[in-house]
Amino acid sequence: MTSPPDLDLLNITKRFGSHRAVDDVTFSVAPGEFFSILGPSGCGKTTLMRMIAGFEDPTSGDIRIRDKSMIGVPANRRPVNMVFQSLALFPMMSVGENIAYGLTCRGVARAEAEKRANRMLERVGLKGFGDRRVTALSGGQRQRVAIARCLVLEPTLVLLDEPLGALDLKLREHMKIELKQLQATFNTTFAYITHDQSEALVMSDRIAVMNQGRFEQVGSPRELYHNPATPFVASFVGETNRWQGEIASTAGGTVALRLPSGATIMGEGAASQKSALAFVRPEAIALSQDQAALGTLPNRFEGRVAAVLFDGANSSLLVETPGFDEPVRAVLPQAGPLAGIAVGAPIHLGWASQATKVFAA
Amino acid sequence: MNRPSFVWKLYIAAFYVFLFAPLLVVAIFAFNASPFPSPPWRGFTLAWFIGDGSAFGKPGVLMDPIWLTSIGNSLKVAIPVALLAVVVGTVNAWVLERAEFRGKTFLAMMMLWPLVIPGVVLGISILAFFSRVANGLEDWLQTDLDPLRPGLPLVILGQLSFILTISTLIIAARLRKFDRSLEEAALDLGASRARVLRTITLPFLKPALIGAGLVALLMSFENFNTTLMLVGSDAPLPITMYGQMREGASPAINAVSLFLMLGVGGIASLFALTSKAEA
Amino acid sequence: MRSAQRLTLFLLMAPAVLWLGLLIVLPHVEILILSFSERVAPRVYAFGAGNYLEFFTEPLYWRTFARTAIMSILVTAITLVLAFPIALYIARVARGPTKAMLLLLCLLPFWVSELVRTLGWMMLLRETGVISYLLRMTGLADQPVEMLYNDGAVILGLVYGGLLFMIVPLANALESLEPAVVEAGFDLGGSRWTVLRRIVIPHAMPGIVAGSIIVFMLTVGNFATPVLLGGKNGLWFTEQIYAQFITRFNWPQGAAFGMLLLLLSSTIVWVGLRLTGQSLGTTLRQA
Repeated sequence: MTSPPDLDLLNITKRFGSHRAVDDVTFSVAPGEFFSILGPSGCGKTTLMRMIAGFEDPTSGDIRIRDKSMIGVPANRRPVNMVFQSLALFPMMSVGENIAYGLTCRGVARAEAEKRANRMLERVGLKGFGDRRVTALSGGQRQRVAIARCLVLEPTLVLLDEPLGALDLKLREHMKIELKQLQATFNTTFAYITHDQSEALVMSDRIAVMNQGRFEQVGSPRELYHNPATPFVASFVGETNRWQGEIASTAGGTVALRLPSGATIMGEGAASQKSALAFVRPEAIALSQDQAALGTLPNRFEGRVAAVLFDGANSSLLVETPGFDEPVRAVLPQAGPLAGIAVGAPIHLGWASQATKVFAA
Repeated sequence: MNRPSFVWKLYIAAFYVFLFAPLLVVAIFAFNASPFPSPPWRGFTLAWFIGDGSAFGKPGVLMDPIWLTSIGNSLKVAIPVALLAVVVGTVNAWVLERAEFRGKTFLAMMMLWPLVIPGVVLGISILAFFSRVANGLEDWLQTDLDPLRPGLPLVILGQLSFILTISTLIIAARLRKFDRSLEEAALDLGASRARVLRTITLPFLKPALIGAGLVALLMSFENFNTTLMLVGSDAPLPITMYGQMREGASPAINAVSLFLMLGVGGIASLFALTSKAEA
Repeated sequence: MRSAQRLTLFLLMAPAVLWLGLLIVLPHVEILILSFSERVAPRVYAFGAGNYLEFFTEPLYWRTFARTAIMSILVTAITLVLAFPIALYIARVARGPTKAMLLLLCLLPFWVSELVRTLGWMMLLRETGVISYLLRMTGLADQPVEMLYNDGAVILGLVYGGLLFMIVPLANALESLEPAVVEAGFDLGGSRWTVLRRIVIPHAMPGIVAGSIIVFMLTVGNFATPVLLGGKNGLWFTEQIYAQFITRFNWPQGAAFGMLLLLLSSTIVWVGLRLTGQSLGTTLRQA
């Protein structure tokens, strides 16, 4: 990276009483990057974002924007703008006035502010909406006004606090794509927080997974999905099968894990302790009615279909498998010969040892 | 229960007649060309509004210095009361809704208390207390402290003692509905605290501020019980009306009452409009 | 930072503290002290319960007090009975604009000054008034009828003044009753009367209590209505307070009366709240 990062957090900690809401978090966001912080509610991501925006002061650590420390700088002096969860559009103003608000605060003349607000409305596809009341807009339009209100100020960094939370599913899917495109056209750095892994995976260049005030892992969506660094990341990001067992043997990078039932599965990972957790993605599991088709896979089992979870391209099977306490979940390709399989049918399943991620429990 | 019986409907109709009969009578007899506010009807006149006294011996409201001075005195009380009620009510609402401190529940209870004290008792307690203060201060400072003696300033204080509760409740109810992320959003967009207050918070509170002001104006204009104990030589309108009613008044009092009703109607519709804007 | 916040809080609380301290608490302390001071010589006062003893030994005083209390309870009860069908109609029968209209029409007269309303009743009821005139015109009476200056007129005026404060809380309480509950009552075989007694009235209880407390407080503390409609026969306790303070200039005696009125009003409010287990805050908010 040649240019300095837009945002740098150094050992940020925030304590409320004895509770550490944010615990020693360090990361940086490069210019133009779409960076997401993904975590369950209560993990501290909102507190983290509010500290960046300037609504909370960190207990310790430093927040730097383009190499300038923001400690002691009030929210209204930071080159950061935020899209609120509730959007917080000003109901007493028109759409145009909402967008021009930040400009007039900076002392931009009224006519000029209005001109720039109109240009911004045009760029977000709301040309001619300037005089409407914000209450008269649809959910998606309100979303765009909230973002335009920030972008018109040309901030170094835009913070987005779960802005899609209030939308219905269909619109949310649409807005994911639109947000990503908007970020690309304006080439502004976005820091996005969400508890929805799909939002984070679809839009982000990099994602930080946060849990109990700490970052578990920072990486690209692919890295997080295929190479989770911790059991939390493995289970929080994407669907997965999870088993607990004991390490039986280790050879090279491969470990053999014995389940309580005595069955053994082969996997990869660095488990130094005896007790361990193994994770396998449903789509990594190959299904076949013919054992020979699974050939050389080191993990091969036979079971019976317990349930067919039909969901179009996301369909999967729950397979009751001797040796496992819970049914194994496997993706059911709708294009293959198994598409019509029924409950009760016998089935063979198998997967590679690289597909099994083993962690110390 | 959903099909009201005839008797029930009749009762409702009778009730509304009962409700409006006294007001109608007062309004109609303001136009009666008779020296007494009673039947029979002797023809239509505007003398009780604008007459110079040549027709019935007594002048109409708008020509009579007694009525005009009383209305003036009422305004001298009502306007400061309304302004103070809005300003102090806003500060109180802020304390109730925004501040965090020990004893807040107690303070909130105390603010409600004036509503359960009879107006006459409020009046005498303020009268007695301020007389003691005035006596003490006058002995000490060796000057007259007239504002603490019965008179319009003391009436203002007396009315404020309970009108502040009302204005605080009205404004606090509106402030409670305020989404604080609006303030944060404005700060985030670069507004100063003063600008946030001016462009976001106060515009949001505006309907409640206007509403509280109008209610305070009305309550002050019409208050009788507390005012009666605190008046000096300058009588506000209700006190003058009371005096005239005891002695037997000319229909000029009907004319004054009609003005009051029209004023109330106007203020009530303004209030209804602002509360509609609120929703 | 901390001290700046404290200072801000202190400044914001100052108006409330000044208001409650100077206009409510200290004045009440003052009349409490005043009520226990007896005049032992001209301009010399001593501590003593003489003013309260005077109240109990002088029949005019305690009789007026008892009369005020009893008549206020009577007025509250009459108001409740008269207001209930109206509130029920507004809350459960009327719909849409009619409902809004009926409620607004209820509110309007009460925004008008108490004195204007009383003037209306005086013009209706007195010997030379409208009703007496109409009775003579229709031949129902052959001479002027005086309906003013008796207890009936006082009760009428007080009930009229209290109606709104009963209807609004009642209608609010009845509003929240689920129609399905009423229908279930009929469905299970209840008659109109049983449904009213077993379902509707219990549901309206918070409104009944709130309305009754407010009407009682307003009635006990009223001054103009009993004095103007009752004349010499009005005999209301607030009048005694006024007489002691303003006419006879016996402030300690008046202060004792004031304390007694406050005590009466607070006791009834307290008992009412206690019997129904409600808090003052929610009750007042209902009104």
